[in-house]
Amino acid sequence: MLFILLTLVFVVLRIMPGDPVKAVLGAHAPPHVIEAKRAELGLNKPLIIQYFNYLGQLVRFDLGDSMVLKQKVSAPIKEKLPATLELSVMGMFFTLIIGIPLGAFSASKRRSARDLGIRLYGNIVYCIPVYWMGLMLQLVFGIWLGVLPVAGRTGARVFPSLFEKTGFYLLDTLLVGNFAAFGDVLVHLLLPSITLGIVLSGVFVRLTRANMLDILKSDYILAARARGIPERKVVYKHGLKNAFIPILTMLGLQFALLLANAILTETTFSWPGIARLLLERIYLRDYPTVQGVIVVFALIVSLISLIVDLLYAVIDPRVKY
Amino acid sequence: MRAKFSPASAIGRPFKLLIDANRKYGLEWWLLVIGTLIVLFIIFLAFFPQTLAPYDPLDQDTGPQLSPPSRENLMGTDNLQRDIFSRMIYGSRTILGVAFSAAIISSLAGVTLGLLSGFLGGVIDRILSLIMDSIYSFPGLILAIAFAAMLGPGVFNITLAVAVIYIPTYFRLVRGQTLSIKEELYVEAARAIGAKRWTIIGRYIFPNAIATVVVIFSLNIADAIMTEAALSYIGLGLPAGIPDWGMDLSMGKKFLPSGTWWMVTFPGLMIMILALGFTLLGEALAEILNPRLLER
Repeated sequence: MLFILLTLVFVVLRIMPGDPVKAVLGAHAPPHVIEAKRAELGLNKPLIIQYFNYLGQLVRFDLGDSMVLKQKVSAPIKEKLPATLELSVMGMFFTLIIGIPLGAFSASKRRSARDLGIRLYGNIVYCIPVYWMGLMLQLVFGIWLGVLPVAGRTGARVFPSLFEKTGFYLLDTLLVGNFAAFGDVLVHLLLPSITLGIVLSGVFVRLTRANMLDILKSDYILAARARGIPERKVVYKHGLKNAFIPILTMLGLQFALLLANAILTETTFSWPGIARLLLERIYLRDYPTVQGVIVVFALIVSLISLIVDLLYAVIDPRVKY
Repeated sequence: MRAKFSPASAIGRPFKLLIDANRKYGLEWWLLVIGTLIVLFIIFLAFFPQTLAPYDPLDQDTGPQLSPPSRENLMGTDNLQRDIFSRMIYGSRTILGVAFSAAIISSLAGVTLGLLSGFLGGVIDRILSLIMDSIYSFPGLILAIAFAAMLGPGVFNITLAVAVIYIPTYFRLVRGQTLSIKEELYVEAARAIGAKRWTIIGRYIFPNAIATVVVIFSLNIADAIMTEAALSYIGLGLPAGIPDWGMDLSMGKKFLPSGTWWMVTFPGLMIMILALGFTLLGEALAEILNPRLLER
């Protein structure tokens, strides 16, 4: 999958109108300068050779050099990736915290008013543009109430350079033991990740509900009820535990959606993540970096699906590899 | 026995239909009705903006700058003194146009490729499936951003960027359907009496595979709406001068810190309502057309 996507991006980037060299040097650069730059970047070679050169670089984990700035493509990605991952993981956390219990509850009260309400919530929330949700939360909590910060990863008085080790600020501050900074980072994470969490929870409400309905009809649930186990325990222990496998699959699939929404959330909250890097470099027409970011995204998506596959065995003892 | 015609029954019949449907399908039916109403309402806005909007969407003299909603400007004005209410009405044209054409383009491409891939099988099928699966598993919006960035701003370009990412949805659906229909007896019979390949695809497989596409189409439009809005929100969509909800939203973002909530609230609300309309429509259709799901 990674390979196909790579090829696709490569081909599309190359056949598109617009000369990246001219974009870098300006349209009125003298021809010999353009030719020299083109040779330097290897763009004067046939397409197929360029392609194999690129693949050759990639297997050595080298994403190439930026066309616009004098740096490796991987340098800014390495710097910004943790911010995006931190946001995504926190967002996923809130998604699950909101989505799964609501879905399970809704299924256990099938066709009641509360079920209807939760289903509507799921549908409506799914249709909220994530950036709009972010702006609304900013408006209420950041501007009207003034209790939460609306932009950036840290406040003005926290200096990331003091604790930057892994790039995951939550982890870094804990490692250093700087709890004031930890609190500050957490507060900055709160609004963006809740935004992500609310918007994505719609999918999980529906998914959990659908799976729980299937499961609650099965024989072992009937048996558990017949043995007089309290309803609450039947639903949340016997039922929900078994609903986790399809939910986990969905989690893997939805990670792509999460990343897409993370881009929009990053723009909304001025979050210095990889998505903002992507947009900045698109405006600069820095194709190698754009390509690199897409490769990294594809890599993350495939990695997540691998992890999900491995997690099956942990959750379901029947699955063996 | 046929009931005798009377004006009362003529008026009553649609209502009776509604009530019967309610009895049969319950909640799904009402979701369908609400979804349809929302969609029709916004399509109505898009068709008659001149009569409905009090101002021209580009008119830069409709009231004081950045004024909150009032009787003169129902949704307030923006930083260029344009009337937000009018811009919302005109903006519906842009978003509906892009979403509809994108969905049509991607369904045409996806259905055609899916039919061919499923019917022909072999190497073509394998290659196409591989490509489609990789696009499908990748975050759609990011792909759309990449395409939109490469193509540059413009109504047609943004439509294309949105369309590309939904082709696999149709492809996978139709390919799967084709694979199973191909094995049906009536296709075998058609082949036995010497029908040509194209006849089999066009007359036997296509009509049977298309039913599910209708449902997906509605859900797809909802998705395309969100993608279009997102693209123009991050500034990759349309050239300035075309009223567009996503663009208005990103404009409003700049003025949010000063508390001008109306520039942000209304465009977002419109995007949400429109997407919700198509989602409800699609979901309800899915449940009504697919009785197996009704138990849920």
